[in-house]
Amino acid sequence: MGDHHHGPAKGLGRWLFTTNHKDIGTMYLWFSFSMFILGGFFAMIIRAELFQPGLQLVEPAFFNQMTTLHGLIMVFGAIMPSFVGLANWLIPMMIGAPDMALPRMNNWSFWILPPTFLLLASTLFMEGGAPAAGWTFYAPLSTTYAGPSVTFFIFSIHVLGLSSIMGSINIIATVMNMRAPGMTYMKMPLFVWTWLITAFLLVAVMPVLAGAVTMMLMDVHFGTSFFSAAGGGDPVLFQHVFWFFGHPEVYIIILPAFGVVSQIIPAFSRKQLFGYDSMVYATASIAFLSFIVWAHHMFTVGMPVAGELFFMYATMLIAVPTGVKVFNWVTTMWRGSLSFETPMLFCIGFLILFTIGGFTGLMLAIAPVDFQYHDTYFVVAHFHYVMVAGAVFSMSAAIYFWLPKWCGRMYNETMGKTHFWISFIGFNIAFFPQHFVGLAGMPRRIPDYALQFADFNMMSSIGAFIYGLSQILFLYNVIATIVAGKPVSDPKVWDGAEGLEWTIPTPAPYHTFETPPAVK
Amino acid sequence: MCFEAKRLLKLALGPVLMLISAVVLGYGPEEAQVNMAPGATEVGERIYDLHMIILWICTVIGLGVFGVMFYSIIYHRKSKGAVAAHFHESTKVEIAWTVVPFLILIGMAVPATSTLLEVYDNDDAELDILVTGYQWKWKYEYINENGENISFFSNLRTPQSEIHNSEPKGEFYLLEVDEPLVIPVNTKVRFLITGNDVIHSWWVPELAVKRDAIPGFINETWTLAREEGVFRGQCAELCGKDHGFMPIVVNVVSKEAYGEWLGAKQVEAAAIKELMAQTFTLEQLVERGEAVYARACLACHGANGEGGVGKPIAGSAIATGDIGAHLDVGINGVPGTAMQAFGGQLNDVDMAAVITYQRNAFGNNMGDMVQPIDVYNHKKG
Repeated sequence: MGDHHHGPAKGLGRWLFTTNHKDIGTMYLWFSFSMFILGGFFAMIIRAELFQPGLQLVEPAFFNQMTTLHGLIMVFGAIMPSFVGLANWLIPMMIGAPDMALPRMNNWSFWILPPTFLLLASTLFMEGGAPAAGWTFYAPLSTTYAGPSVTFFIFSIHVLGLSSIMGSINIIATVMNMRAPGMTYMKMPLFVWTWLITAFLLVAVMPVLAGAVTMMLMDVHFGTSFFSAAGGGDPVLFQHVFWFFGHPEVYIIILPAFGVVSQIIPAFSRKQLFGYDSMVYATASIAFLSFIVWAHHMFTVGMPVAGELFFMYATMLIAVPTGVKVFNWVTTMWRGSLSFETPMLFCIGFLILFTIGGFTGLMLAIAPVDFQYHDTYFVVAHFHYVMVAGAVFSMSAAIYFWLPKWCGRMYNETMGKTHFWISFIGFNIAFFPQHFVGLAGMPRRIPDYALQFADFNMMSSIGAFIYGLSQILFLYNVIATIVAGKPVSDPKVWDGAEGLEWTIPTPAPYHTFETPPAVK
Repeated sequence: MCFEAKRLLKLALGPVLMLISAVVLGYGPEEAQVNMAPGATEVGERIYDLHMIILWICTVIGLGVFGVMFYSIIYHRKSKGAVAAHFHESTKVEIAWTVVPFLILIGMAVPATSTLLEVYDNDDAELDILVTGYQWKWKYEYINENGENISFFSNLRTPQSEIHNSEPKGEFYLLEVDEPLVIPVNTKVRFLITGNDVIHSWWVPELAVKRDAIPGFINETWTLAREEGVFRGQCAELCGKDHGFMPIVVNVVSKEAYGEWLGAKQVEAAAIKELMAQTFTLEQLVERGEAVYARACLACHGANGEGGVGKPIAGSAIATGDIGAHLDVGINGVPGTAMQAFGGQLNDVDMAAVITYQRNAFGNNMGDMVQPIDVYNHKKG
């Protein structure tokens, strides 16, 4: 058996035809980082235009294309694929499996992504420009009133959905069938648990999104009227279908982040995760609740009062399992033996900022008050606290935490910490003032604003530029580590790290766990 | 390193805490509002109170959680020789922090429910106003049971020169309209809200009203302003290119002033009716048409008829072709495209003027014209 060991193939073929979970994970991570830079670049254009009142850089139509593409690329191109990349690298190593269960499909689910995003980005150069109806693309603005690029956009969403569904099926199959002997479900690392639940969410809701865009396609090209009242349809139907996908989608983004934080905080507290069982149950409850709260995004569409009450109560309930998680993380730190390397700093940053985002989420859940918050910058601030400080911070933590394991080289700690502090400060300068302008009455998705919002918008733009620049430092630090970082060979890398991935040699060999380990 | 981290932490948290305290205390410099406005209505005040209660509850819980966490960060450090404890679960504690938040949530749900029921109580309104969202303006129609409805459009008044920074911006930059909505004080006004093209959302923060304007459906909501004043709002749902440029201005006036204003509007409507029976010269129509074009067509078709969201008018087949077909596009729009039907938006005089203008401007020297009577006849079929 040992004779068949071989390393990666040479040249471009290695990457094109690879079925190795580590190679595919690497490609996912690099791809998502490049999308993060692209989506971030669009955000910089948005913030530059909003630096002062008046139109300086771009015209309103182009501004709308920027907000739309920024949202789509960050959600579907940066955050989701980055966690799939992490899952690819880590799930087999965490459950003691040699690879993913469906390696060829794994290759395919990655390789259909780059052409799809190329297609989506190419709409910028089309007549009429890129889609401009927001990342939520409400009909009929996105159908009857959209430019010709909407058809390309619909096709992109279909293919992205395909990729996500394939990736999820792969993860479900791997976790269910390839755990090392002795690793029962309740012994799985929390990252694996959160991904298993996320994968089920994806399989459940991506087809719903596909349904929504298919109905759009029919309305645009084949004379149907799903979303047009003039033909007997209903524009609000679009919102119901979209958010039935969209709400679970935000948990799809945040659950793996919860998993990452649940791995890292115990490692640097040198103490076992507090309340493992309740973490699993809380994750499952959040996933269940995510299916029955969608219309809280639509409190102002004029639902019957009974509907408003139901969605308000159900949404408020989410605070319970989410609270349990936060309490568990804090209690894990309590009476631990803490140290503050970069991954831990990002996790603490996550904990503080995600909790603030959770609080504003609870505020938004209160339907009568939401009438004042809805579609303002308060909402923009809320979901950036959850998405950026939640998903992106935990992703940065994950990279710093596992990168030494992957490449056998240590990142530069000073540079890592600098990255954290610049990110943390820049992020708060960018997004905290957005709560204020939102409460003061500034609607979201506008290219220009009234004079009373000027000061906070300028502050917000400065913060955004700082945050954006800090990511260049991140990129530099990662490349410098891979090329010339200080070599590490200790399998554990971190003295407090626990789990099967820390039992294999550092750097992780191309093939691992060809013989399943025994789990006690 | 630890010392440095702590110092940096303080540096970072300082401004953040200052901002938090600014919002919870409702303090801020006059020109930069940092909190929700209670506004001019009772419902708005209840919403504001609810907002503040929840904000306080969250702040207290947050301080507790972060307090525990920072205690750990400061006292349970490895560098201080802390040794990790071994506990990793406690059924009692875990049940407590599931049940207690649940009870707090019930405490929040009670006032939230009663406020919501109040917001949904549309009965007993003394005045009904139909609000229609258009790309990118609002139409207000005062529904009158025993006479003719008064209706008008409300457009952004801020000039392009201010938006493009060639002139200094005025005090109400982007929050000013050519014709505001006027409602009487201390009167329950019901708004029937709908959209003409895409979804808009009619929002005036200080009147505590935000409701989506959905084409094909009519939403109901209401307000009861307790004080006179000018209240400003904006469209809150992304509705295309000029979403940021369709403000709302509501003048709340005394009941007497409202009666006078209504009377004046009725006289104005009668005057327009008289104009419709007249015949104009080409020059008169072009002059009137230029102003109408700026108001109704320019946003999509460009200042020089060069096109944009809409097709070019300069040298176009329609504007230089059959005059009847041109008029038809103006009145009925082009279904399935962004070209709206303007027959209901412009009166017959303005329609005649703008069609004539389009045929005689931007190098389209057709020399022909449309009279109000032609528009009237076309609408009659």
